[in-house]
Amino acid sequence: MPAVDELLAGKDICICAGSGGVGKTTTSAAIAAGMAARGLRVCVLTIDPAKRLADSLGLRELGNEATRVDPALFERHGIEMKGELWAMMLDAKATFDELVARQAPDEESRDRVLNNRIYQQISNALAGSQEYMAMEKLFELHTEGRFDLLVLDTPPSRDALDFLDAPKRLTQFIEGRSLRVFMKPTGLAARVAGRGATVALGVLKRIVGFDLLADLAEFFNAFSGMVDGFQARAKRVNSLLADPHTCFLVVCGPQGEPIDEAVYFHRKLVEAKLPFGGVIVNKVHYPAERLRGDGADLEATLTEKLGEEDLAKRVAENFADYQALAERDARNIEHLAAELRTKATIRVPYLDEDVHDLGGLAEINRYLFASSEQREAIAAGRA
Amino acid sequence: MSPRFSCRLAKLLGITPIPPDFLDKRLIFVTGKGGVGKTTVAVALGLRAAEEGKRTIVCEVSSQENASRFFEHTEVGFHEVEMEENLWSISIDPDESMREYVLLQLKVRAMRDLLFRSRIFNYLAAATPGLKELVTIGKIWELAQLDRKVKSGRKYDLVIVDAPATGHGIGFLQTPRTFAAIARVGPIHSQAQQLNRLIVDHEHTGTAIVALPEEMPVNESAALESELRSEVGVAVDRVYMNGLYPERFSAEEAARLGELAGGENGAVRAAARAAVSEHGRARSQRAQLARLRRRVEAPVKTLPFLFEPELDVEAARRLARRLG
Repeated sequence: MPAVDELLAGKDICICAGSGGVGKTTTSAAIAAGMAARGLRVCVLTIDPAKRLADSLGLRELGNEATRVDPALFERHGIEMKGELWAMMLDAKATFDELVARQAPDEESRDRVLNNRIYQQISNALAGSQEYMAMEKLFELHTEGRFDLLVLDTPPSRDALDFLDAPKRLTQFIEGRSLRVFMKPTGLAARVAGRGATVALGVLKRIVGFDLLADLAEFFNAFSGMVDGFQARAKRVNSLLADPHTCFLVVCGPQGEPIDEAVYFHRKLVEAKLPFGGVIVNKVHYPAERLRGDGADLEATLTEKLGEEDLAKRVAENFADYQALAERDARNIEHLAAELRTKATIRVPYLDEDVHDLGGLAEINRYLFASSEQREAIAAGRA
Repeated sequence: MSPRFSCRLAKLLGITPIPPDFLDKRLIFVTGKGGVGKTTVAVALGLRAAEEGKRTIVCEVSSQENASRFFEHTEVGFHEVEMEENLWSISIDPDESMREYVLLQLKVRAMRDLLFRSRIFNYLAAATPGLKELVTIGKIWELAQLDRKVKSGRKYDLVIVDAPATGHGIGFLQTPRTFAAIARVGPIHSQAQQLNRLIVDHEHTGTAIVALPEEMPVNESAALESELRSEVGVAVDRVYMNGLYPERFSAEEAARLGELAGGENGAVRAAARAAVSEHGRARSQRAQLARLRRRVEAPVKTLPFLFEPELDVEAARRLARRLG
């Protein structure tokens, strides 16, 4: 079982992916902090972190620009910071506006998009825009080359794969420029579009309404000068994701559903030929060793030690419940490792305290950055 | 007198207020941060309503089949499939919803075929932002109609939606309003307005937020409630605090067990430590529960953590009895 720093050796980019609620933001922050402590210049891109986590990193005022986390904060928690930790919170709308400004051939085209009513209504809610903008920002930071390592916390999404399709979807969306040709099928366009298209447009006008169709055409048309730029960029973003210096880490929880999603996600990564590095399973109930099958004995022993039958019973029950969860987790993780055919399965135990500050991140890093022997020793000590 | 005030007054006077039955609504969206148990709560609400004799359908909207998995049923797809008495399930696929919408709009088969084959339609369908969400909500609206548009459609008393996670959830419920604004006039405008009227109809439509007793989920639930109320305008009827540990040990007992763990080995030590951990977690969860109660307006109901390794329909049924 390698540690995170071994998995990330020689990598420029680490993408933490997984379904919602599995601790992706916390894991991303912990990995970034750990790698920075080991001497790298690291930037973590995160989306909407927990307020207290943001506060503990001094990120209250954070925007769409990278900000350095005060090294003194780490010292206060007894962490030696050899490198630098930077962090930024992604603002999808601002990134989209910047992208439009960059891709527009001139100011007029830029303003046409930025002032477009439909763009303003939806640039935030645009399907896949948050995902695409995360990729976009990653690409931009990577091109600038200011950091040794970029850690991306992928946006919260029920379908963890949304972001893989995002560049494709965005390109599709701007290709809607062809709508304009259909709207005014005259001359060459009419011959290319054909009579069928004219009839189809007529049908469409009936169910959508002419005004909305015209507005959409204008909206798509406003983007028309940028299509080639967007496409070229989307292509470069995709090749960056597939680069051997990029590492995808799948983050999941130990229950059946997140494990299944991690398996599915891994399969999609492999299909897309993206570099999978390993899987991190959060909130694992570690089994206490060699304790199976002595439930009755345990209760008797506890009664003797505590001198109180009722309390002993409750302690034994609680322990049995805990052990059942630990056994489930072990089973699920075994299944996961077999499905993924990987030894890189890093388990982080279910800690007694909720993690939302630097101290908590340091606690998680004892597991993420521990060698496999260290991890076993820690787990045995805790159980 | 505001409902909140009257509720407080009732508390002061020591009266348990009887809220109008949440399940008497026609449409309920179950929402919350990712991984908090939205599907479990949606299924439990469905079971509860079905037991009360309401014809209920549980809808999934993300082409995942989590609800049908509860019933160990094969994937239901875009079909209304009966899970048990009075309880149906459907997975709402946007492409299928779009198709069905067009079918309902265009009665002439040749015109439909022409449209489905045309590039322009397929472009628009794939590229128009928010369209998938709009047609999904359109299908939910259709399911909630007493006079179903779909031929031989069943009448439901209650439609429960396992809504997308926070963030996406707000955008999802706002889609009709956004479209109504974009379209200004025309058929899409009036239909989007109709959908939005259903969403903001407090008599017939409501939401339940699912939270977990941890720092981040409590913060997000409070933020979600205020956004749902102010930005979407939908009623928030319940906040379910899910996964609450039992309080098995008193502080004094935990202290004794801590001492015991220090001087023992093997199973006794492990069991004592597990008890101390449980006590600590149960306590911090109660603190989070108190925070949630202070920060949200809707009544907070608690649901116990289930120590089953995998949740199944029987587990959901046990939760169903605790819902109110």
